[in-house]
Amino acid sequence: MAEQGVKDTPEQAQFRQQARAWLAENTPGEPPVRMPLTPLEIMTEDQLHYLQAWQKAAYDAGLIGCDYPVEVGGGGRANCQRIANEEMMAAGTPFLPNVIGLGMAAPTVFYHGQEELKRRLLPRLFSGEDIWCQGFSEPGAGSDLANVQTFAERKGDKWVINGHKVWTSLAHFAEWMILLLRTDKSVKHDGLSYFVVPIRPALGKGVTVRPLIKMTGETGFNEVIFEDLEVEDSYRLDELGKGWQVAMTTLLHERGAGDLVTPRSGGMQTRSAHITSARTLVALSRQTWRNGAPACEDPIIRDRMMQQVIREEGMAANQRRSRVTALQDHPMRLALQNKLLMSEIAQDTAAIAMEIEGAAASLYLADDAAPAGGQWPMSYMNSFGFTIAAGTSEVQRNILGERVLGMAKSK
Amino acid sequence: MAQPDDFGFGEEAALLKESARKLFSEHFSAGTLHALVAGDPDPNRAPQVQWDMELWQQMVDLGWTLLAVPEAQGGVGMPLVGVAGLVEEAGRAAFPCPLLSTLSASYILAAAGAGGEAALADIAGGATAALVISNEHGSWTGAETSVSGEGDSLQGTGYFVQDAGKVSHLLVCASAESGPALYWLPVDTDGVTVAQDAIVDLTRDQAHISFDGAAARRVCTDAASALSEAMPAIWTLYAADMVGAGEWQLQTTVEYVNQRQQFDKPLGFFQAVKHPLVNVMVMIDQAKSLVYNAACAVDCEVEKAARYAHMAQASASDMAAFASSRSVQMHGGIGFTWECYVHLFFKRQKHTEMLWGDAVWHRARLAELLIDNAA
Repeated sequence: MAEQGVKDTPEQAQFRQQARAWLAENTPGEPPVRMPLTPLEIMTEDQLHYLQAWQKAAYDAGLIGCDYPVEVGGGGRANCQRIANEEMMAAGTPFLPNVIGLGMAAPTVFYHGQEELKRRLLPRLFSGEDIWCQGFSEPGAGSDLANVQTFAERKGDKWVINGHKVWTSLAHFAEWMILLLRTDKSVKHDGLSYFVVPIRPALGKGVTVRPLIKMTGETGFNEVIFEDLEVEDSYRLDELGKGWQVAMTTLLHERGAGDLVTPRSGGMQTRSAHITSARTLVALSRQTWRNGAPACEDPIIRDRMMQQVIREEGMAANQRRSRVTALQDHPMRLALQNKLLMSEIAQDTAAIAMEIEGAAASLYLADDAAPAGGQWPMSYMNSFGFTIAAGTSEVQRNILGERVLGMAKSK
Repeated sequence: MAQPDDFGFGEEAALLKESARKLFSEHFSAGTLHALVAGDPDPNRAPQVQWDMELWQQMVDLGWTLLAVPEAQGGVGMPLVGVAGLVEEAGRAAFPCPLLSTLSASYILAAAGAGGEAALADIAGGATAALVISNEHGSWTGAETSVSGEGDSLQGTGYFVQDAGKVSHLLVCASAESGPALYWLPVDTDGVTVAQDAIVDLTRDQAHISFDGAAARRVCTDAASALSEAMPAIWTLYAADMVGAGEWQLQTTVEYVNQRQQFDKPLGFFQAVKHPLVNVMVMIDQAKSLVYNAACAVDCEVEKAARYAHMAQASASDMAAFASSRSVQMHGGIGFTWECYVHLFFKRQKHTEMLWGDAVWHRARLAELLIDNAA
């Protein structure tokens, strides 16, 4: 619920003041078109352009890439992205459309790319001018990611790529893709390599993007087919056969456990949509009539809402504690829980919201009588995207059990 | 008032926590605990007060009992975050001693104003104390006390008194002419009868205490205010105790499932074992973070202290229940025996889980603060 006031360093305090002043003047008004719940459901060019314009403005104001060096288009500051994020959230800004670029591609390119590549790619990534997508999962490689079969064959100083990627969010708008593929079929993990690939210029010329439809009825993610696509060797990150290690950098950041804080504004939601938080549940329970009284008076509903309040506060307190070395026994123990907690808490919050709504939870987007515009059932369905993507909750629990608690590896 | 990002958990607090962990790991293993308290498995055994007074005296000499006494009364006046770190370690060892009770009494006395100063000075001088604030239903709101005070004399019986057999003094809530008041007296005062309860938990002692005209010093005439001001600190510390005990349960159970083989694999290989233990860890971490969150609020943002202490207690109580059930279950047959140490912590956790309101109770209070009082 309420954010606790936490003390800033002098640099952070000054930066926060600047950010706040800029946001007071420049936070955009209501969007001209209806916005999706998250960047992963951007369906139209109108939605994209509105959000890209916002990202560009925020980047130009120094609110994105704050902790990256100036040479690669960053702000050259220390621990200021978190401050920018807090201020953008507080100002109720729209979200940043280039989520995969900011959260996954940027840290990966930064840690594993050649200097020239970083300088060329990162500024347009931060500004949102280039949208990025991620080519990891395949029909036969989900939780068992190292089973990736998309293959790159060497041809002179180029590579020829063939294969099939799935669940590729934002591919329909993406200029670039981070791509995990195989360069050696004789070994599993050590046969993987990692590329950045310009896919937009290759549409219809070796790259096909086909939309997949989610259980909510929305599009936003895709399958991507590579047929004899030629890619230069200079687009390779790190050494041949090191793809798995590079992918770990990507996944660590995707799961909120990396050392570079991902730029965020507006959280997972826009302000025009509702926010999936316990605070919203309480507001909903005040407005919803249940058993002849407001739902906020029902002791069971109250208990369930407070459980969510406590879990959310606990997650925030975890993040705070993860910065206090003396209060941790294992350096990755808290960081590796982020993705699991965030996705499962959001899922339960949406489920409780539907319980509060009762029969009215049956009403979907096109029904004028739907509470909150029918967005809670949609949020609930979408929440499974988060407990499945980026390593399912089951995979997350394996990782925690094995890496933190030292239990034997489950196959 | 802003809170420090690190909860105010500074070098001094880190040193105290680390030295406590070292002291317990060197001098008080679970095996030592078992030998000390689990000599007699008979469920009909008479209640006994079993503890290591010599080791406890070392802790008193280290100044642990006066950490929460303000400097003006001769104490250390340590912030609650630091005290919570110590209590977490004491909980990890399940060390039987009146540390929690004495710290709790200190917070109530400090909230009692000028009248509490002499009693605080007693604690600074080495006194230890138990709280006599609950009635026969386990309720501790001053208004419902089952002890009455007339002038300087106490009458009636107080219940669920923790560590009664290990302390020198009692802090009593009794109804007086002007409403519930707080009294302070040595436990060996004439007219005081300590009757030990036969409890499940072997690591604590608990009693009901009868007063028959016992002479006591009145320290405060508004017990209800002092109690409600001090309870967030007390809840936070009991939650810290559960977190420490939970860490022991997790570590011990993980070690067991890593070593025990079935179907030619260590038990931890199987996800039916691995995943619940990860869930225990996740719950411990939530509770632990919320403990330091609450402690920092008590130290730096007192208007939010009750809210965050309810969160810490609710989280720690649920965790204690789950960690306890999984620690026995994952140990299999051996976990169900008296000789395996896990039952000691299982019993301690179940005791603490209920003591100052269980998770549902704390969430109900939290709902009052966040829903009813915050339109």
